[in-house]
Amino acid sequence: MSALTEIRSAPHIKSPRSVEQIMRNVVFSLLPVCAFFVYQYGLSAAASILVVTAACLLTERLFVRLGGQAGDLSDYSATITGVLLGLTLPPGFPLWMGFVAGFTAIALGKALFGGIGFNVFNPALVGRAFVQAAFPAAIATYTPSFLPGRFTEFIPSSLAWPLMAPADTAAWLKGMQLDAWTGATPLAKWKFEGTLTDAGDLLTSLAGHMAVGPSPALILLCGAYLALRRFMDWRIPAAILGSAGLTAWLIYAIGGPKYPDPFFMLFSGGLILGAVYMATDMATSPVTPRGMWVYGGLIGVLTVMIRYYGGLPEGVMYAILIANAATPLIEQITQPTPFGKGASIRAGRSASYTLHPDYISREEAAAKTSKKRFFKNKPKKP
Amino acid sequence: MKDLSQAKNFDEFMEGIWRQNPVFVMVLGMCPALAVTVSAVNALAMGFATTFVLVCSCLLVSLMRKLVPKEVRIATYIVIIATFVTVVDYIIQALSLELYEALGAFIQLIVVNCIILGRAEAHASKHPPLTAITNALGMGIGFTIGLFALGGVREILGAGKFFGVSLFGANFQPWVVMVLPPGGFFVLGAWLLLFAALKRRKEAHLAASGDGHGA
Repeated sequence: MSALTEIRSAPHIKSPRSVEQIMRNVVFSLLPVCAFFVYQYGLSAAASILVVTAACLLTERLFVRLGGQAGDLSDYSATITGVLLGLTLPPGFPLWMGFVAGFTAIALGKALFGGIGFNVFNPALVGRAFVQAAFPAAIATYTPSFLPGRFTEFIPSSLAWPLMAPADTAAWLKGMQLDAWTGATPLAKWKFEGTLTDAGDLLTSLAGHMAVGPSPALILLCGAYLALRRFMDWRIPAAILGSAGLTAWLIYAIGGPKYPDPFFMLFSGGLILGAVYMATDMATSPVTPRGMWVYGGLIGVLTVMIRYYGGLPEGVMYAILIANAATPLIEQITQPTPFGKGASIRAGRSASYTLHPDYISREEAAAKTSKKRFFKNKPKKP
Repeated sequence: MKDLSQAKNFDEFMEGIWRQNPVFVMVLGMCPALAVTVSAVNALAMGFATTFVLVCSCLLVSLMRKLVPKEVRIATYIVIIATFVTVVDYIIQALSLELYEALGAFIQLIVVNCIILGRAEAHASKHPPLTAITNALGMGIGFTIGLFALGGVREILGAGKFFGVSLFGANFQPWVVMVLPPGGFFVLGAWLLLFAALKRRKEAHLAASGDGHGA
């Protein structure tokens, strides 16, 4: 193979980064989170993640084979979609529904738009939104974590026949004789029963049989690894958590104790997972730094608003999808000013510049000024 | 000569069923197509009602095509269509009150269905009665097929039934989204996608065989 000489204009940045490398690292950083999820819920969680990921990969393969879609299985993007989708679904979610979710995620969220890099919405959330609309009962059914027999038996609802309703988990749980467990996520408990869970317990996910996802602390740690290696922009999670915390704190400060404290808001539900892994999807978030702050801020505020005033206890998914839709608009209004074009250094009408090193960078503005002077000196018409 | 006119009539008839299918090719009449197709029975009833109105109004429009002044033709069409819609409205109400309630305002809304007005304006007002009826019948049946394709899928997934008969037993898990308006869009989109793919494949096939003949 002969070496090709490529002629390019500046800037000559040689980056070792490729899409595949970034995606692979995101998958690696998700492995500890998956391991924790399996540790919490056992066999069912492992099967759920595997089935959903397999569905995503199969669908991706199908659409790549059919043509008209960019990308390939080897770029790991479908794997990320599958793993993230598996992590957002309840562990006892029937496996066939997980398959439907994975198929919809890739087919509707990605393939129809033209494949990797062309999707408007985060594919994993499109899949989740579809099953949320199709199977609202199953997706709200959580089982407690750290059950005694979790590594030897499935949660009965996982193994429902395709197209059939899942088995009732309530009776199965009653047989377990767990004390002090009420069968709802902390957010649903707060929304419908008015009881708060301690924010510290939520941060670790380790205290007792809570029906929660993987530990927010672990997700933040994995996210920090990605951000440090620059595989992810730290601004988006920072903006989301900051604005969600600030909004929740404002409502807490004004509305008083009937509202939960901001830390409960931050660590409950899927906010941390959404902020670190879903909202930072490169194809669906703004590329401008200022736009990232606007985008994150929007997600944070929307999440808290939906949680407080919406019908559902959780709002992260819809908040991110709405912000995805707003991304092109946000990018348009946050375009950075090119060097030398800003309003701040536009030459004044009668500006005079001394020949000073500072002035050299203002070459262009000065050129304009001299033109104006030329017009000014024109003889006036009688 | 007779063969030729028969072939032409058949062509007029098939135009609405396949080549110019109102739902899948022209994408007309979306309001009833998305709103009432939650079950196969509803879809068929809606399709037949529309077909009846379409055929009768096209016949009348075609018969009167030389009497109506050009300036008031749309108003005339609307009066004709509205007359037949009223007839259908009362007939359905008399036959099955249950169906009448399921279809709701969409029976009356057949008046403003763009397929009917479009056929009256574009076809019936320019052709003799027999051709107009043939074409209208094809369009009506094509519309019914389109609605049925939507309604069947939505009933199977949304309720686990087909024509009210349970397919999967009592333990079926309904897909709630399929009986909601978004389900209509999803199913319609899937059908359109399928037909677009078929069309593209056929064109590719034709192009390939054409090349073969050339060589």
